[in-house]
Order: sequence, then C-alpha cells, then structure tokens
Amino acid sequence: MSKRVGVEVSIAVADAVKLARAEVISAYPITPQTHIVEHLSDVVANGELDAEYVPVESEHAAMSCCLGASAAGARTFTSSSSQGLSLMSEILYHPGPMRLPVVMVVANRALAAPISIWNDHNDIMVQRDIGWIQTFAENGQEAVDLLLHAYRVAEDPKVSLPFIVNIDGFTLSHVIEPIILPDQEDVDAYIPSFKPHVKLDPKKPVTMGPVGIPEVYTEAKVAHEMALRASKKVIIQGWKEFAGKFGRQYNPIETYRMDDAETVLVTMGSISETAMTAIDAMRDEGQKVGLLRIRLWRPFPGPEFRKAIGKTVKTLAVIDRTISTGASCGPVSAELRSILYKMPGRAPKIFGFVAGLGGRDVTVDTFREIVDKANLYAKKRPTDLYEVIGVREK
Amino acid sequence: MKEVRLHGRGGQGAVTSSELVASAAIEEGKFAQAFPSFGPERRGAPVAAFIRVSDAQIRTREKVYAPDIVVVLDPSLPGLVKVSQGMKEDGIVVLNTAFSIDEVRKRFGLNGKVALVDATKIAKEVLGLPITNTTMLGALLKATGIIGVDALSAALDRRFGKLSEKNKAAFRRAMEETVIYN
Repeated sequence: MSKRVGVEVSIAVADAVKLARAEVISAYPITPQTHIVEHLSDVVANGELDAEYVPVESEHAAMSCCLGASAAGARTFTSSSSQGLSLMSEILYHPGPMRLPVVMVVANRALAAPISIWNDHNDIMVQRDIGWIQTFAENGQEAVDLLLHAYRVAEDPKVSLPFIVNIDGFTLSHVIEPIILPDQEDVDAYIPSFKPHVKLDPKKPVTMGPVGIPEVYTEAKVAHEMALRASKKVIIQGWKEFAGKFGRQYNPIETYRMDDAETVLVTMGSISETAMTAIDAMRDEGQKVGLLRIRLWRPFPGPEFRKAIGKTVKTLAVIDRTISTGASCGPVSAELRSILYKMPGRAPKIFGFVAGLGGRDVTVDTFREIVDKANLYAKKRPTDLYEVIGVREK
Repeated sequence: MKEVRLHGRGGQGAVTSSELVASAAIEEGKFAQAFPSFGPERRGAPVAAFIRVSDAQIRTREKVYAPDIVVVLDPSLPGLVKVSQGMKEDGIVVLNTAFSIDEVRKRFGLNGKVALVDATKIAKEVLGLPITNTTMLGALLKATGIIGVDALSAALDRRFGKLSEKNKAAFRRAMEETVIYN
C-alpha cells in the first residue's frame, strides 16, 4: 500500500531513491547540503538498500564516480546544490554526449558572492546548457514523483540521457509536508532494472568518451542535441504512464486559471504554489489573470508553451529566479522571448521580472506587484527589458 | 488554516516542535507544513520555526507573517524579540514564563489573549533538563487544540522512542498547568 506520511521533503526524496533501487550513490556533502544523501547513507548502512555508497573527496569526484558507475551499467544517484554543483561543472558536460543516464536532484540555491546558502536558481542556470533533461518540482510530492519519472525516462533505450530534478533549496528541501510514497511493487513495474545497450566490461572492451577530433566533434554534439530534443516524446509518455499507475498527471507546461486570462504569470519551481494562491485572490477581485508553470525546462517545450497561451492573453509576466548578469533579461525570459518571436499571429507582450534572489521571500504581494507592473508596462513601455522586484534603496 | 510561529533559542528544539506538530496533523489526515527560519543555526541565538495546519491543501510557500498562534519556548525572549509581531487580532501568545499575568502584560506589553505556563520548571522536574519544546507543546494543545493529544503522543513515540514517555509526561503536565487569559 502506498502511504501518506508527514516527512521532510529531502527525506522523502531519499526514500524515493531507495524505491527506485539506485545501485551506486556517490556524494560529497559540501555546505550547503540537504538531508538527501545523509539519509541515503543511513539507508545503505542499515541494509535497507542494496547499493554502493561512495563518499568521495569533492563534488567533482562525486559526479565522476556516478559517470563511471553508469558506464559500467549501474543505476546511479547523487545530489548537490550551489557551490557544490559548480564544482561538478566540468564533469556535468560528460554524461550527455556519452549517453549515460545519471540521475541527480539539485536543491537549488544561490551562488557566492556574497556567500549565500539560500534558495534561488543561480546554481542551475549556470548549468543550463549541460545537455541533461531538467524538470522543476513545485512541492514535495512532485519531488518524489519527478524523481521516479527521471529514472523511467533517463534509462529508456530511446533516450539514454542524464536527468536533473530541481527542487527549491530550503523552501522545498527543508519543509515537512504530506507526501504519498508509492508501493515498491508499483515502482518496480514503472522503472524496471537498468539495461544499457553498451557498458564497460573487461570481457567485451569498448571505448567511451574518446577525443572528438574536428572531423567528428560537430556531429557528436549534434547527435546529443537531437537525442535531447527527441527525448520529449518519452518524457511525456513517462508522465502518461505515471498517471496511469499512480494517478497524478504531469505536463511539460502546466496551466492554472487560463480561461479568458489576459495577464499571465510564468513561473518555475515552488513559487508556483504561492502564485496560484495569488491568482485566486486576484481572480476574486475580478482581475483576468492566469498562470503558466514551466515543469520541463530542458528540452524546452516551445510548441507546448505556445499552445498553452490562449487567444485572450495580452501580456506575459515572466519571473526569473536569477540575474543573467549583463544580459538583456533572465534566462527564462530570454527563452520565452525567442520562442514567441516566431509565434504565428500576434504574440503577447512579454515583460521579464527577477524575484526571490538568495532566499528573499516571494509572497502573494510579490505576484500582485508583478501583475500591476506588467499591466502598467503593457500601456507604457518600460525602459529596461527586465526589472528586479523589491530592491531596497535605503 | 492556522498559522503558528515558534520562538526559541538555537538548541531548545523549536524546529523539532514544529516538525512534531506538522507530522501529527498529517497523521490525523490534515494538511500541514513545518519549516525553520532558514539560516545558519547557532546554539543560544534567537530562532524561529513555522507551522501551518489546514483541512485543505496548503498552496503557499511564504513565510508566516500573520500568525494565529505564537509559541515562546524561552522566557527571556519576549524582552528581546517582539513576539507578537504581525499577529492576527484574535491571535494567542503561548508563553513559557514564571511571571504572573499582570507582570507579563506590564513587562512585555502583551495585551491580547495569552496562555502562560512555567515550562522551564516542568521540564527541569520531569525531564531533568531545561529543554522546553515538548513541554510547550502541551501548552499549545491546551491553548489552541490545533491537534489531538493522541496524534501528538504518537508523533512523540515515533520521534523519541524510549525517551517519549518522559516527554509525554511533561506535555501532559503542561496541559494541566497552562492558564489562558483573554
């Protein structure tokens, strides 16, 4: 029987890794950390999970270990955050083109300087182009569900790509809330054991990750890009199967109160829940507002996003959780501007906002302010392409 | 939905208290959240933790700004921190103190609804330690009924195992000794 428990989201994620029967877990718990790998080390030590737990000397080594273990045909897991994720960066670019389905949970946090342990999306946006599939969870249940889905998709022979599930640091990772943990039997049926088409085996030697001379480098990169784009089909298929088995449906772009909406917020991650509460309050006052939530960040679901924008939508207010320093706007805004530029017919106006940096709370009032500003800018053009909300000037 | 803010000092177990209440509420079939005031925790420094309990799904990740209930684990805090900050008009402060109601009103300017208990004394006598978090849960239950006694007892059993009996004794005694003033 699946069970509903009150548990810290990090612990629930670790329990989901156990349900997924990860075989190699490698981690270096640098500050800032979550309880994810800490709990997994207990689970392995207690004999509840038959896995190799490899404590290493750095995050760089943790990702290297997962890469090697995955190449040898093991189901792998690691988790990181912030500076630790940055330290992994060099290795993060390897599993994609090598087609190794390493799965990782990133508890999203800010990067120094100034030193911060709090939530925003700076850490993962630095790793935007690593060529992994990336999803974002809005609550603890989704963190568990999306992790199981990650294994289902990453190891699918048609995909064979690494996968990151993003959960907001602190605002998800350290919160106790009700979570339904599925049955082992159902999870086993949803994600059968990992069967790689090729693996490191002394009896059948292969070369993995060799030098790409100029004659093949471009083709290797394009092959990776094609595989990542093509994975969208399996990602959606994996969610359909998940809904059939566990009763919770996920989509690349989630909508909320979009009927007749004119001004629409666009969010990613756990601020989406507060945004829904804000939309309810504004709807009660008669404002025609709606919400689009990006669940699948890579590969970016452009057609799905365009389709989700109804005919009534006049203005999009996009919320980024990081500043892309020196750029024209934040990474999510930039993505949407570029796909809407090609939108047939009249695309809505789009305004970029940055909120919730380094743990600054994003509240119902933050969303009200953003909607008000977007409505104002729809009439009177703003001077900048984006605006940081709530900057104190004294 | 009821929103609770706990004030304590690092090491007194405010975060544990918040976790116990949320997990008990969830066990009762309700929806709940518990989370600490995120930051580098330091033993002895003033800390806060938050709880939401609701019959419906909770769809907010804001901090708690307008609590219905404030629980103060450390008797020295009301003189340092404005514990009633942002509180709803009909809210209640559940305070660990040895002071009388008149002194509490005069010293701390707490003019609304308050519930008082000398939790430090109870904790010292029952647990042998001045750690007041589980004792103050008794006061919270008496003052607000936010969760049931059985659900909290079960949560204490899950959390403390063999040590839970003493903690349950402490919270039961606090339930008896807590006095509510309107």
